[in-house]
Amino acid sequence: MGREVSESCIDSLLTEMVSTYCHRFYANKPELAARRIEAIGYQVGHQLSERYTMERPRFTDHLEAIKFICKDFWSELFKKQIDNLKTNHRGTFVLQDNRFRWLTRMSVDPQSESQDNFADGENKAAQATSMHLYFPCGIIRGALSNLGIPCAVSADISNLPACSFVVRIKA
Amino acid sequence: MPPAGPRSGDAIFASVERVNAELFTLTYGATVRQLLTDLEEVEEVNKQLDQMGYNIGIRLIDEFLAKSNISRCVDFKETADVIAKVGLKMFLGVNATVTNWDAEGTCCSIVLEDNPLVDFVELPDTCQGLHYCNILSGVIRGALEMVSMKTEVTWLRDMLRGDDSFELQVKLLKQVPEEYPYKDDE
Repeated sequence: MGREVSESCIDSLLTEMVSTYCHRFYANKPELAARRIEAIGYQVGHQLSERYTMERPRFTDHLEAIKFICKDFWSELFKKQIDNLKTNHRGTFVLQDNRFRWLTRMSVDPQSESQDNFADGENKAAQATSMHLYFPCGIIRGALSNLGIPCAVSADISNLPACSFVVRIKA
Repeated sequence: MPPAGPRSGDAIFASVERVNAELFTLTYGATVRQLLTDLEEVEEVNKQLDQMGYNIGIRLIDEFLAKSNISRCVDFKETADVIAKVGLKMFLGVNATVTNWDAEGTCCSIVLEDNPLVDFVELPDTCQGLHYCNILSGVIRGALEMVSMKTEVTWLRDMLRGDDSFELQVKLLKQVPEEYPYKDDE
């Protein structure tokens, strides 16, 4: 088994990285903050997928690469696999994690939250959650891009604590 | 039942939830790289990393106190030892040593030979002034401030700059008088 650190390290780092971009750098430009957070995730996904596929033959099709993300890749990151994979067979894949780790452990800092413009509390919480999700979306996009599959990735959290990542492969 | 005394860093690290260090290392690296792109000035990146660390430290101290069962240290020497032997171990899984004490016992060095933040990292020439691990000094400063110690934490040696280890100088500037709700009569 490789080196490990306490889970609090990655949780603290992610919370702080997201808060730095959302509240300190781009407090009034959430779309710019989102793009930066996604870009950081992209780099991480790209590098991790490079490392985890070094000794593997190339994937022959998209489904095989997506399955790798669902099984091996997700297990390295979260010690569990994606729970459900659906596809429309036309380039869209939905990867559902029934209990996504980074959502169950996420805490919203009430003090910094009060700075943004959203009027109602529910909206703020949703905004904060979606900011956190740009990072794993970026990771998936980066990982697939390293495997030669350009795509767009978004997250759907209508069934918390489940989280679905929607991957749309670009033709 | 475990005894109610302070716990060792090894014991705590063995019992906490742990994750793949690669994910942590690469996430930190990608964050530093993004900050370099966005802020352009290396000095500004150092400052932001320190600030991020400080913000993390002021929150992480609670988890540290809860899990370590350490109530209070008799002096700054014990504090430094606890950071090196318990704090760094329980979060990063590494061992550190404390050396280079000054005569007053208010300034020392914490030396790390191993540091998961820098696995796979090589600094390009354009980043010469970068204190890559500045988040760590910020964490220590923030955490100590929450237990009433104002400190200054600076990097004296850095393996990314060719030194043989990482050396963090921790200097106690001011001990803020504590007002605890309980009597200190043990």
